[in-house]
Amino acid sequence: MLLDYTTYFLAAFIATIGFGILYNVPTRTILASSLAGATGWVVYHYLSFQLDLDYFVGAGAAAFLVANCSQWFARYYRMPVIVFAIPGIIPLVPGGSAYNMMRSFIEGNSDLAFMYATETFLVSGAIALGLSVNSGLLQALSSRTLGKRDKRYLP
Amino acid sequence: MESYPAADILDVCVEAGRVMLENGAETYRVEDTLYRIAKSYDLVYINVFVVPTALILTVQGRDKQDHTELLRMTDRQTNLEKVAKVNDLSRQLSQQILSPDEVKDKLKEIKYTPRNFKQWQRNLAIACACGCFPLLFGGTYEDMLPSFIAGGLGHMLFDFVNRWTNVSFFAEMLAAFFIGLCAVLFISLGLGNNVDTIIIGSVMCLVPGMAITNSFRDLMAGHLLAGVAVVAKALLTAGAIGIGIAMVLTFL
Repeated sequence: MLLDYTTYFLAAFIATIGFGILYNVPTRTILASSLAGATGWVVYHYLSFQLDLDYFVGAGAAAFLVANCSQWFARYYRMPVIVFAIPGIIPLVPGGSAYNMMRSFIEGNSDLAFMYATETFLVSGAIALGLSVNSGLLQALSSRTLGKRDKRYLP
Repeated sequence: MESYPAADILDVCVEAGRVMLENGAETYRVEDTLYRIAKSYDLVYINVFVVPTALILTVQGRDKQDHTELLRMTDRQTNLEKVAKVNDLSRQLSQQILSPDEVKDKLKEIKYTPRNFKQWQRNLAIACACGCFPLLFGGTYEDMLPSFIAGGLGHMLFDFVNRWTNVSFFAEMLAAFFIGLCAVLFISLGLGNNVDTIIIGSVMCLVPGMAITNSFRDLMAGHLLAGVAVVAKALLTAGAIGIGIAMVLTFL
């Protein structure tokens, strides 16, 4: 099992590096963003397949984790959050369910297609929720310092 | 403190906004940065309005005159390093004021920064990423090579068609169709085990991850107009990929 998870970690790590290079992430932060992406994927896999929770629970938790890691990396490196969050979120995107939905529709199996459609919708919603819960928490916890700095547009 | 004409400061702001928006920053970040730059030059009544394809900026200068500039954007790409650099520059400005000419020079320098990696290196990187996705989606080690080849070639085709026709919907559809064909071809040649995981893995290079993440960050920041516009873009891309793959699957 440890070997499995090492493989998943490495695969997600390389995949995130690839997207980091495509989006031209600054070279000194590529490893940090890949670390966020790979950790997020391992958490998603553990929650969804090992503990047998619903997919969207795992995706939400993983997206929250990726966003939280990105937040801390962004402070450490003094860079915008998107530099870390965008490559990190990519492996979580429900490409598999979307593909299965399309395939079932083509094969005329609409019951199965609607099941996959619901899954796709729920997982993307959960990713959005994970991202937004993180930024909401950040805002709630640091509202005093933000007020001092005359920040008009909040993230 | 020295005071500069409001028109010059506006030029600097618009140029900074152009660089950020062109390279894939979230809308709220562009608004925030422009607001801070204008604020650091002691302008008052600053109003910034940004949507993914345009930005409008209105300020009142020392002379009690209102100044407005509008910028229309056409081409967008993704280059997060430039976004990070402009963000840095705006932070520097809030610490220490530079003259608008100096800022303009710095922005020009940022604008012409070359990408960190060449075109073929980027294609190789994205092919490696596609090669790893079958493992994540329950495939086997045999699926990695076909996905690597299909993803890399598919992304090259997407880049080429997108630059040639400038219609990204068409480019995505064509690339997805090509990826589907490649996967079916590899399976019939005996490379790889499962056509589904190969297609899912290699189609990931077209997935609009940027649009999905940015649109939700914009929506949460209360920029409903911009957020919904970017969601529409993401849905369009997803639809294009779906149609391209569906065309292959109907003939399967």
